[in-house]
Amino acid sequence: MTDTETLRSTWLARVADAGDAPALEEVRLAALGKKGEISGLMKELGRMTPEERQTRGADLNRLRDEIDTALRVRRTAMDDAALDARLKSEWLDVTLPGRPRPSGTIHPVSQVMDEVTAIFADMGFSVAEGPQVESDWFNFDALNIPPEHPARQEHDTFFMARAEGDDRAPHVLRTHTSPVQIRAMQAQGAPIRVIAPGRVYRMDMDQTHTPMFHQVEGLAIGRDISMANLKWTLEEFCRAFFEVPAVELRFRASHFPFTEPSAEVDIRCDWSGGQLKIGEGESWLEILGSGMVHPKVLSAAGVDPAEWQGFAFGMGIDRIAMLKYGIPDLRAFFESDLRWLRHYGFAAGDVPSVAGGLSR
Amino acid sequence: MKLTLSWLRDHLDTTASLTEIADALTDLGLEVEDIHDPAARLHAFTLAQVTHAEQHPDADRLRVCRVMTDEGEKQIVCGAPNARAGITVVLAKPGDYVPGIDTTLGVGKIRGVESHGMMASERELELSDEHNGIIELPSGEVGQRFTDWLAANAPEKIDPMIHIKITPNRPDALGVRGIARDLAARGLGTLKPLEIAPVEGGFDSPIGVTIAPDAAERAPHFTGRLIRGVTNGPSPDWLQSRLRAIGLRPISTLVDITNLFTFDLNRPLHVFDAARVHGDLTVRGAAAGESLLALDGKTYDLRAGDLVIADANGPESLAGIMGGEASGVTGATTDVFLESAYWQPIGIAATGRALKINSDARYRFERGVDPAFTRDGLERATRMILDLCGGEASRVVEAGAAPDTSRAYRLDPARTQSLVGMDIPEAQQRATLEALGFVMDGDMAQVPSWRPDVQGEADLIEEIARIASLSRLQGKPLPRPRAGVPLPVLTPLQRREGAARRMAAALGYNECVTYSFIDEASAALFGGGSDAVRIENPISSEMSHLRPDLLPGLLAAAARNQARGFADLALFELGPVFSGGEPGEQTVQLTGLLVGASAPRDAFGSRRPVDVYDAKADAEAILSTIGAPARAQVDRKLDGWWHPGRAGNIALGPNRLATFGEVHPRVLKAMEVKGPAVAFTVHVANVPLPKVKTPTRPALNLSDLQAVERDFAFVVDAGVEALTIVNAAQGADKALIESVRVFDQFAGDKAEAQMGAGKKSVAITARLQPRDKTLTDKDIEAVAAKIVDKVAKATGGTLRS
Repeated sequence: MTDTETLRSTWLARVADAGDAPALEEVRLAALGKKGEISGLMKELGRMTPEERQTRGADLNRLRDEIDTALRVRRTAMDDAALDARLKSEWLDVTLPGRPRPSGTIHPVSQVMDEVTAIFADMGFSVAEGPQVESDWFNFDALNIPPEHPARQEHDTFFMARAEGDDRAPHVLRTHTSPVQIRAMQAQGAPIRVIAPGRVYRMDMDQTHTPMFHQVEGLAIGRDISMANLKWTLEEFCRAFFEVPAVELRFRASHFPFTEPSAEVDIRCDWSGGQLKIGEGESWLEILGSGMVHPKVLSAAGVDPAEWQGFAFGMGIDRIAMLKYGIPDLRAFFESDLRWLRHYGFAAGDVPSVAGGLSR
Repeated sequence: MKLTLSWLRDHLDTTASLTEIADALTDLGLEVEDIHDPAARLHAFTLAQVTHAEQHPDADRLRVCRVMTDEGEKQIVCGAPNARAGITVVLAKPGDYVPGIDTTLGVGKIRGVESHGMMASERELELSDEHNGIIELPSGEVGQRFTDWLAANAPEKIDPMIHIKITPNRPDALGVRGIARDLAARGLGTLKPLEIAPVEGGFDSPIGVTIAPDAAERAPHFTGRLIRGVTNGPSPDWLQSRLRAIGLRPISTLVDITNLFTFDLNRPLHVFDAARVHGDLTVRGAAAGESLLALDGKTYDLRAGDLVIADANGPESLAGIMGGEASGVTGATTDVFLESAYWQPIGIAATGRALKINSDARYRFERGVDPAFTRDGLERATRMILDLCGGEASRVVEAGAAPDTSRAYRLDPARTQSLVGMDIPEAQQRATLEALGFVMDGDMAQVPSWRPDVQGEADLIEEIARIASLSRLQGKPLPRPRAGVPLPVLTPLQRREGAARRMAAALGYNECVTYSFIDEASAALFGGGSDAVRIENPISSEMSHLRPDLLPGLLAAAARNQARGFADLALFELGPVFSGGEPGEQTVQLTGLLVGASAPRDAFGSRRPVDVYDAKADAEAILSTIGAPARAQVDRKLDGWWHPGRAGNIALGPNRLATFGEVHPRVLKAMEVKGPAVAFTVHVANVPLPKVKTPTRPALNLSDLQAVERDFAFVVDAGVEALTIVNAAQGADKALIESVRVFDQFAGDKAEAQMGAGKKSVAITARLQPRDKTLTDKDIEAVAAKIVDKVAKATGGTLRS
């Protein structure tokens, strides 16, 4: 056995025998450290002849690399074992709940308004707004409902109190979003396409009525906009809103003072199994009122009825929310019961869009 | 408006079925709300004949009958006293549903004898209350359907009742004839002619009529006459059953006739007992202080000017609304004065509403009855009174004249097509109008007197479209206003509202929608509740005033949820608040409310009471979302519902962007909310919009030089605000100091023990970002000294040793 072979077996055995990291470090220093045995032997090379140095040097280099590799392998094995031991001790109960993050909700009325807006924006309708305390002129007269018209009584209007000596007709809480038609036309003239979602008020409170609810008004005025265009627009809206492949609408003649002709619009649906399915079945469900804007309404808003024509419609937002999302009771919309808000509310990130779809 | 099918057929010659008629009515705009068809439940029953009847072996009152049916002879046990051989009966077989006893029959064994069905009484078939025995028919064949037999022999017993919702523009459809006219125009039959055969009067009416000048405008036309020698007993069966079918109670022949005319021809009438009328009748405005005991048994205090028909004793009838008790007809009436008059709708509506008195007459007159039919109605009613009550009619007394409502509008067939978007040939358009009673003269359509709603060319189009049927309308695409990708449509404020709402939800708040009106006391707590925002006719005292702020609604919601056991709440609302009662005195707020603890109890001790800094952080997050500048000031010019020491406004000078803080304990107590409760309100519209709108961001200016952070702790008076320290430090070297942040505060008893009474320590860190050269220790020392100096000047604070 040569000298280097003895050295190799000795040192490799010592590496293998080192029990822990300090012991291994000790071995490393003793072998390869500045004052280590191998380092000492290498220092002696300088005193050798070139020939001796060549063979001895190559041997010692190989030996040093071999010991170094053995040290590293041993070191990695030790680290791995230590990590394994640590990981074994580091167990946590991951079934504990995560740190609490509050999660909020969007009210169905807001969500559905966003849905309606997304659809109509795609068809070129902008969003108009108007005051909720309205003058009697905007709420009634301008919409062809003169003071003694029986339709006024049917509106169950809330009136604002008048101070003593103020002889103006009392203002009203708007009974519909229709006055926004007048304001929008006064502001923009024709042609115009707007929707006007918002709160409206009627003096009515029972199982199916609340004194405040939400409507969306639609108005499209142009040179030759017809009732057939109205029907298409509503068909497209309902198809998109209810997220079904097709819908069927039925127009029924009706009467609204501010449109002529007027139509109530029914949608084909199916109630079998207690769940509403839109677009199929044998039932019809009334969903909105509509018609061609009355010439007197156009005139009141400063638009010449000889030149312009178009349609208007009004729809209950709470109602279509109830239909689409299967919400049973209107009154609960305004009671702010946390259980209801969480159950029927929408996540903040669920922003409806035409591109991404309206509901999840 | 209710009518029966047979009543409709008095005016309409039609072979259409009930379903066809109902569908057409709804389609025409006369929306059918309900149909009651008595025959629908009787289709199963057939006629049968009893061939043999004998005593039941075990029951005195029962008989065992053999009955010939369409399925051969059956054995039926029957308890009716009249069950006997030879009679024709109505048979219900096993499996049939018998409505009057709400039972589906089976084969039964009655006291040991099998019974294969039942012979029905009228009550069991819900035809009447008759239950003394089974039905015995005077005719009919074995196996014949009972409904067929009824249709041929007693149609009134199965007359279907149709309930229609009449829109306010269609007073003519408040009479059966008007409804028949619409159906005829649609092509569902022919309108039968209405016979008017005037009755020649035999004598002058002893009761005369005048219309006072003050009433002439509201009472243009009055006709009347006396009929003497009448007998006012119960009306004939056909009339009674007709009225009952539409829910009216028969009273006496004369009263029933007036009710019939109201519903048949939309022609309300009134009958006075002539013996109880004193002197002539005058139509006049009521004098102040007059009252009337009306036929509904109530006494009405009349307003001066309310239109009455008066005799020498005073008001006897509230014109066009309700007659008076004193001059009403009774069973003893022998001389009757019949009134047919036309009243202007506006006066009727005003009086009816003011006196809160409803009647079928008011309902019709305020919508409009046919002003040209006043005299004809009188003549037709006279004829019926003579026929049913006997007697002799006087000549007609008449005051005023039928108002001239004649008018004509131009029919433009092309415009009809353009507006409706449906192909309706001109000939059809004209034919439709004529069928509805318009008279065409060239392209001018003369409006019939019974259609007060038709007031322009657009109304002609509506009539044509309605009769042509809107259900035939086919949708046509509405072209986009411009080709290509739609333009954005939301205003900047609308976008901000949407973003703020979604941010609030993302921060963990549940969105509420609460009522815009609240009670006066709650409104007053929030600076509202004045008369300017008072609702004159609130639905309840809880909803009497427009809300001045969103907090009261949210606090009430929190209280309700606390009562249900939810102690930790995060609620928000985005909506209008009202500063006054004029249109436009309305702004949009977003208010968030945190109540209870920040988190549920958990294993990490996350739970702590919510505090003002939670509210502030959320307010700042929302402001940031909607583009508010990062460096706004905080002031304490607080409204009274905030805790005076624990709330602040985030503002740009006088422009308040948001308020945050603890809700005033007194307000919490009044609203019955258990604290802690903190809130914030963001005034969305107050956040300034960018002066220049461009998507381009300013260039990113990064430095390669290492930034340095230096910490300072200052001892200051406890009342010194952190923002003052931060602003002072920031001002020490605006170029070098990138940011200053508070990272610690040491205050309270322990702090005072260390640093002296009324003192606290605030620790800040300043981040120094060199731009052109690396900072030397000397540079840093210089800036640090400046910071200490600035803070000392601004706050009197010293560096904590």
